[in-house]
Amino acid sequence: MIASSIIPAPLARLPWRVILLVLAIGGFGLTVLYSAAGGSLSPWALSQGVRLFFFIGLAVTMSWLSEAQIKAATFPAYAIILLMLILVEALGFVGGGARRWLDLGFIRLQPSELMKLAIVLTVARFYDMLPAGELRGWTAVWIPLALIGIPAALVLVQPDLGTTLMIVAGGVTIMFLAGLPLRLFLGAGAAIAAALPIALATMHDYQRKRVLIFLDPESDPLGAGYHISQSKIAIGSGGIFGKGFLKGTQSHLDYLPEGHTDFVFATMAEEWGLVGGVLLILAFMLVIFWGMSVAARAKTRFAKLTAAGLSTTIFFYVAINLMMVMGLAPVVGIPLPLVSFGGSAIMTVMLCLGILMALERHQRSGSRFA
Amino acid sequence: MKRTRPTMTEANQALVFSRRALFVGGAQASVGVLLAGRMSWLAIAENERYSGLAEDNRVEIILIPPRRGWIIDRAGLPLAINRSDFRVDLIPQQVKEPERIVAQLAQLLKLPLDEVDRVNRELDGARGFKPIAVAENIPYEQYAAVTVRISELAGVNASRGFSRSYPEGAAVGHLIGFVGTPSATDYEKEKNPLLITPGFKIGKEGLEKVLEQRLRGTPGAQRVEVTARGKLVRELTARPDRSGASVQLTINAGLQAYAARRLGNESGSVVLLDCLTGDMLAMASMPAYDPNSFSDGIGRGEWKMLSDDQRRPLNNKVLGALYPPGSTIKPMVAMALQANGVKPHETIFCPGGFRLGNRIFKCLGRHGTVNMTRAIAKSCNTYFYAMGRRVGYDAIAEVAKLLGLGAKFDLPVVSQSYGTVPDSEWKLRRYKQQWTQADTLNASIGQGYLIVNPLQLAVMAARISSGLSVEPRLVMGQGPQPKALNMPAEHFETVRKAMSQVVNGDGTAGRSRLPLEGIEMGGKTGTAQVRRIAAGQRGQSGAWKYRDHGLFVCFAPVASPRYAASVVIDHGLGGSRAAAPVARDVLTYLFDKEKAMAALLELEAGWGGDIHQRMAAQAAAWRRARGGTANT
Repeated sequence: MIASSIIPAPLARLPWRVILLVLAIGGFGLTVLYSAAGGSLSPWALSQGVRLFFFIGLAVTMSWLSEAQIKAATFPAYAIILLMLILVEALGFVGGGARRWLDLGFIRLQPSELMKLAIVLTVARFYDMLPAGELRGWTAVWIPLALIGIPAALVLVQPDLGTTLMIVAGGVTIMFLAGLPLRLFLGAGAAIAAALPIALATMHDYQRKRVLIFLDPESDPLGAGYHISQSKIAIGSGGIFGKGFLKGTQSHLDYLPEGHTDFVFATMAEEWGLVGGVLLILAFMLVIFWGMSVAARAKTRFAKLTAAGLSTTIFFYVAINLMMVMGLAPVVGIPLPLVSFGGSAIMTVMLCLGILMALERHQRSGSRFA
Repeated sequence: MKRTRPTMTEANQALVFSRRALFVGGAQASVGVLLAGRMSWLAIAENERYSGLAEDNRVEIILIPPRRGWIIDRAGLPLAINRSDFRVDLIPQQVKEPERIVAQLAQLLKLPLDEVDRVNRELDGARGFKPIAVAENIPYEQYAAVTVRISELAGVNASRGFSRSYPEGAAVGHLIGFVGTPSATDYEKEKNPLLITPGFKIGKEGLEKVLEQRLRGTPGAQRVEVTARGKLVRELTARPDRSGASVQLTINAGLQAYAARRLGNESGSVVLLDCLTGDMLAMASMPAYDPNSFSDGIGRGEWKMLSDDQRRPLNNKVLGALYPPGSTIKPMVAMALQANGVKPHETIFCPGGFRLGNRIFKCLGRHGTVNMTRAIAKSCNTYFYAMGRRVGYDAIAEVAKLLGLGAKFDLPVVSQSYGTVPDSEWKLRRYKQQWTQADTLNASIGQGYLIVNPLQLAVMAARISSGLSVEPRLVMGQGPQPKALNMPAEHFETVRKAMSQVVNGDGTAGRSRLPLEGIEMGGKTGTAQVRRIAAGQRGQSGAWKYRDHGLFVCFAPVASPRYAASVVIDHGLGGSRAAAPVARDVLTYLFDKEKAMAALLELEAGWGGDIHQRMAAQAAAWRRARGGTANT
């Protein structure tokens, strides 16, 4: 913390370390978007910059929320988002083969995005309310599973495999941290491994192709494997120090698809090389560990579970996206938060950070004034 | 539940959380390390590979097809050249309004409907800079009509190109072959991107096909930077094309054309060799296709017309047709007889046939007492039956092979049928039967199992006339110098004298003496049965395809042999009647062009024009016969 008599106390007490990290990541993202547009602020860098600062402001504002307020808002927020998911099913229009957006007139909202956050809060709140002695009972298992399963199923039929995975992963992480018996997770893991072939068989054709092609993208370099092939070419051809700012060929000559959204990391790596990539990964890891340290220092069970869960949500974003662009995972449409162009991911991540900041402020105020 | 479990309390709940949070944090850190490691692998270990792939993406190579090498005759006259022509292509990337552009081009270039469909189809699946051919070899007026409107035809590229041209047309059809657009199989075989460049053609037949690599040249290349959508960003470097090498043939263009024209409406062939070097001066097979129309892409109708013709215009008869040589091999048999102790002055009495057991082998006449010279001059079968039987056919077969029969020559041709020189071992192998005396008698007069192609007959004539082991050659400056054959000079002398008697004495080709002062031709006629015909009824009448073939081998001048030739007229009834006059005129051309041309023009007036005029008339008649379906 910056402690100085010149800086007013409320400002000094902001978690500057993480704010600076977020600004660094976001700022670096803006230069990448600037380059991806061929050295132009429009159409991406400028509007993304405005979003970045708006949501950082929102996060900082949220840091004044109290734990009680967050707890109180949890179940209603979950219910509202669940309702919106159903509305998307009912009213959402078909776009790109998947129904994901809810057009509220002034904003096109993606409720599934918010559900990534809401599921963490909700499941954490459930275990917070659950008496310690009940943890071995079935109630401790089936209620959270239902809480996770209903929105996950709604998102899956949109269909949005990536978001579904993140909702399930976020919820299950909380169940794990809450202290459910290990054998449940081992058993479930084994069951999933066994059910995977069946799941693949029931998928849409385009989904199955996208899921399996990452294992051998060169087998169809112009079709399903095109994204991964081109992304690996961009990253691999960047080398250690990259081709230089504004000098990427894969992105500037349009060989890399989605170079400003899902595959923005490849755009970055082509120009900034391994050095840029490792620094970016490190910066994300520092943000996530800050979140985990908030969890470690948290006093209440809700704060512990929420902080660890939200950190893990950010982690899932980063990890799934990077594994995808490096050819370690299927292309599931998860953007790189703070860097990829687009409002939804940055909103979710900044809401996560806002709640984390609020929990962190609560710890400090707790230690000082309690 | 027998086992007592520790009750969960708030305290050990916190403990479990800490442990598991530590585990989750550890897992996250591991994934972070894994990602950094994976990225290092891609960016360091695989950097070279991916840099190459990125470069492959970025740089597109636009090929500039090379100009094909010429094919010229021994004097440098053109046999296959490149004519400048005009073509129109579409660059898919630059075509903004495909419907309007294609419609306008179709109207300007008068494209038929199926061509418009093809262009639309190719345009649908195309992107980038690879041009799509709209029309090739268009007249200047249409080219100009497109060029003046080029500003409103975005994506249309009207340019000058080159197309293959054969000044002698059908006369060199079988010799040179033709070029055509590479097929999918050609591309599969070579994987050369040049083959899918619009307008590029490769040799499809004849010398054009065999000498493809020499004639092709090296394409030029223009390296350009392009976007994924095929938009050109900038030019990087350019390398000019290198034309293919020209190939000089041993052919004499004038003689080749003359020989083809002299064959007239017959189905047949003329091969003429320099009997000292083996240079092939003419290799004509008629009727033939016009390689010019093949190289522009032949219509289905024209193809059908050619392949249905019983005179087989698609077959190069010099190398691809096999005939029983008939009496044309008698000079060769005479060489074999001498080599096996038969003296030229020994005589045989010919009563009009030869009795073997209770079978009579017929002769064409009653020749009385004949020696070797007389037997050749009068083509007496009885003499050769008797003498052949005396030395045995295996001894004759050996000499036949020595003089070129049954040989496959080292020539740049797509295929040659080399026939059969039978002997007892061959018959045993082929038919599991013993060689009989009857087989010997038949083979001694060039019938039975013996079959040869016209080039082998010409080589036989060349070797007998020069005494050299000449090998035929088509490309200048290739092949070894011929060596003398290991046979006594007087044997050759006897046979040459006898062959001179055939033409210049009272022999079978007396009507075909050269109309020249001081230059004589020696030869031997032959008549080959097409099918076994009952005694008394030879193949001298009836349906064309059952008539006897007429053959003639010859050399000139008798005094010091320089040229040797064979002429085969399919179903021409007889050698002296059909083949020898052709040989006479073709040889005359070599010594006195004017005289030969005068004779030819007179004949052509009777046939209804030169090759081109007659082929056009034939095509028109064929189209008329097919009525309304001609244009489909």
